[in-house]
Amino acid sequence: MSETQATDTGRVAAVLARYPRHDPGDLVNILHDLQAEFRYLTETALQEAAAYLGLPPAQVYGVTTFYHGFHTEPRGEHTCTVCMGTACHVRGAPRLLEQLERDTGVAAGGTTPDLSLNVEEVSCVGACAIGPLVILDGDTHGHMTADDLSRLVTKLLDNEGRE
Amino acid sequence: MTAKLADPGALARYRDALGDLRSPRQEVIAVCVGTGCRANGAIAVYEALRAKVEALGAVREVEARATGCQGFCQGGPLLLLVPEGIVYEHVRIEDVSEIVEKTVLGGEIVERLLCVDSATNLQCRRDEEIPFYRHQQRLLLRDNGLLDPTSIDDYIALGGYSALSRALEMGPVAVLEEVKRSGLRGRGGAGFPTGRKWEACRNASGDLKYVVCNADEGDPGAFMDDALLEGNPHSVLEGMIIGALAMGAREGHVYVRQEYPVAVERITRAISQARELGLLGEAILGSELYFDVQVSRGGGAFVCGEASAMMASLEGRRGVPRRRLIHLSERGLWGRPTNLNNVETWANVPHIVLKGSGWFSSIGTEGSTGTKIFSLVGKVSNTGLVEVPMGTTLREIVFGAGGGIPDGKAFKAVQTGGPSGGCLPADRLDVPVDFDTLEAEGSMMGSGGMIVMDEDTCMVDVAKYFLRFLASESCGNCTSCRDGLALLHDLLGDITEGSGTRQTIALVEELADTVEATSLCALGTSAVNPVLSTLRYFRDEYLAHVDEKRCPAGVCKALITFSIDAERCNGCTLCAARCPQDAVIGEKKQPHTITQGLCIKCGICRDVCKRDAVLVQ
Repeated sequence: MSETQATDTGRVAAVLARYPRHDPGDLVNILHDLQAEFRYLTETALQEAAAYLGLPPAQVYGVTTFYHGFHTEPRGEHTCTVCMGTACHVRGAPRLLEQLERDTGVAAGGTTPDLSLNVEEVSCVGACAIGPLVILDGDTHGHMTADDLSRLVTKLLDNEGRE
Repeated sequence: MTAKLADPGALARYRDALGDLRSPRQEVIAVCVGTGCRANGAIAVYEALRAKVEALGAVREVEARATGCQGFCQGGPLLLLVPEGIVYEHVRIEDVSEIVEKTVLGGEIVERLLCVDSATNLQCRRDEEIPFYRHQQRLLLRDNGLLDPTSIDDYIALGGYSALSRALEMGPVAVLEEVKRSGLRGRGGAGFPTGRKWEACRNASGDLKYVVCNADEGDPGAFMDDALLEGNPHSVLEGMIIGALAMGAREGHVYVRQEYPVAVERITRAISQARELGLLGEAILGSELYFDVQVSRGGGAFVCGEASAMMASLEGRRGVPRRRLIHLSERGLWGRPTNLNNVETWANVPHIVLKGSGWFSSIGTEGSTGTKIFSLVGKVSNTGLVEVPMGTTLREIVFGAGGGIPDGKAFKAVQTGGPSGGCLPADRLDVPVDFDTLEAEGSMMGSGGMIVMDEDTCMVDVAKYFLRFLASESCGNCTSCRDGLALLHDLLGDITEGSGTRQTIALVEELADTVEATSLCALGTSAVNPVLSTLRYFRDEYLAHVDEKRCPAGVCKALITFSIDAERCNGCTLCAARCPQDAVIGEKKQPHTITQGLCIKCGICRDVCKRDAVLVQ
């Protein structure tokens, strides 16, 4: 076992220890916590979760791929999410997503090759009143235009480049 | 750690003691930090306000309070002064000192921050004068503006958990009867009578029963459950405890969408606060009632809002619905009797127990009692959460509280019921909004999303939008839903891209009938509603797409062209600079033109033009 794997195993165990009941009902919560720890669900994490809950690895993998919220590939450092809810849609959200896809060269659901940015869409975040909106690393930006979004993302990635 | 409350009397004394701690002259400045206001910078406003109050040493007399969603998202960041009821809108950090010095200490109103009634052009000094609030009856939402959702003391001081005391006194059977008599129907969409559901669960055999709160608010365009859970989590929890008493349930789950992290945090905190005070756990308020609740996060699957899919998800499985030959009330979570109600339904329960079924059923209509919260969004002047008695007309909601359509545009449709609902046109504006009427009109109540559409909204595009959403959210179990919705989406794609014919429309209608008839759960059977309702009320628009290859609303890219009005264009070059395709050409101070072969119709030129010179035809 490499050193990295050993550290990963330790981090997985620390997350699993939050669920002392070994209850399969906690699977989705556990997957969320593991993903928060590693940004995506590693094979090690999934296998250890399965063993911990006494579930077949196939069930854990099946659950992981069923829900949109989980990722099994390495994820970028930043995330830009365009809300595609109905209220945002009628206010032009599809144009925002197209702009983001053009600017980054990545389709929704993907990550830039340098792992700097994830491009995401979401079906609604409940801030419909200020749509169309974009969430950049957890901060919500309302009343966006394609041009605003372009500037926002360019600024973020440019700053990254300088550091 | 606070001692557990030994009995209802101890709760009452605890409440009295809270009242004594708070000076009766105390002024509260309630800053809305709901989702919408938060995105507008409300947290910084709140922090500046708190610092200002502390700097003045006025902490005993004035409290800066961060509250949940106050509803009027359009005016955010919002600030409510209690007890006066003064509402300030679009508050910035720079306004904070003035508000504290003038209004709070000097009793003088800062007029420029008042909301203006667009009909009369008069400033609204109090919340009830604001048109948005004036048309409402805010049974559930009012407390959102009055309490700090992270404080159980705030909830108790406002009378919270007294419904639980009352319920313990009444006993399970009387509580159940009261809820049945109230006529309360499920706010999650289907509108099933809550009392009957409870009764079935109570009568089901089994020692361990579950109650579940459905907070998997998946309908895009609906956020009332988020607002309740974020803004007043204890009201939902109290409803669940009362339900557990009535049904004999020992365990509860709150299933929350992962997209609502603040709601998860608030309800989790509320649960631990309630445990500390003995309002959850063993011997609640000294009674024999044992009940505890845990929070489960969803994984981002719309179908998990369906009851049997949610049970699967709670058991750590893929959220695939199953055939419900036996009701969940008999065999639900882990095969045990389970009762599932939506957030808003649970939040109504304490009010019914406290004020009685007679009072509750006097609000609304005979078949749909009480109030309903709608999220009024889209192309409407006042967006936000609107709570009105059932039976209020669409017109009162959209044009009364909502203030009509902005920018002088014409109303086209209002979409209700989320992806499973339908679009109703202008000649249906006078229908009363209740469970049965909406269904008869080809739409449905759903969870209460109300998306207003104007002349610039293409109804074919909207139908296609919902199909895209539902096709991607189909769990894949039924062929008709999995493949049928994808095919329907492609057919509507043909129409929006100009390759559709009248035969395409006929095929859409036939396929929609098949999907409806042969899908297992409500996701599939109701997925065709947006298509069928737009075909029913907006067939002309479909025909314009197929016969004339024209999109009347100017949305469908294949059927529109962008051009620049030479009369209006002053050659400012803004559009040319921002065009990602370099398709806009022209000399400075001379009218510009768009090279059609390069234009990708992204619309940036129209967004940035200050003279409305970009035309879409």
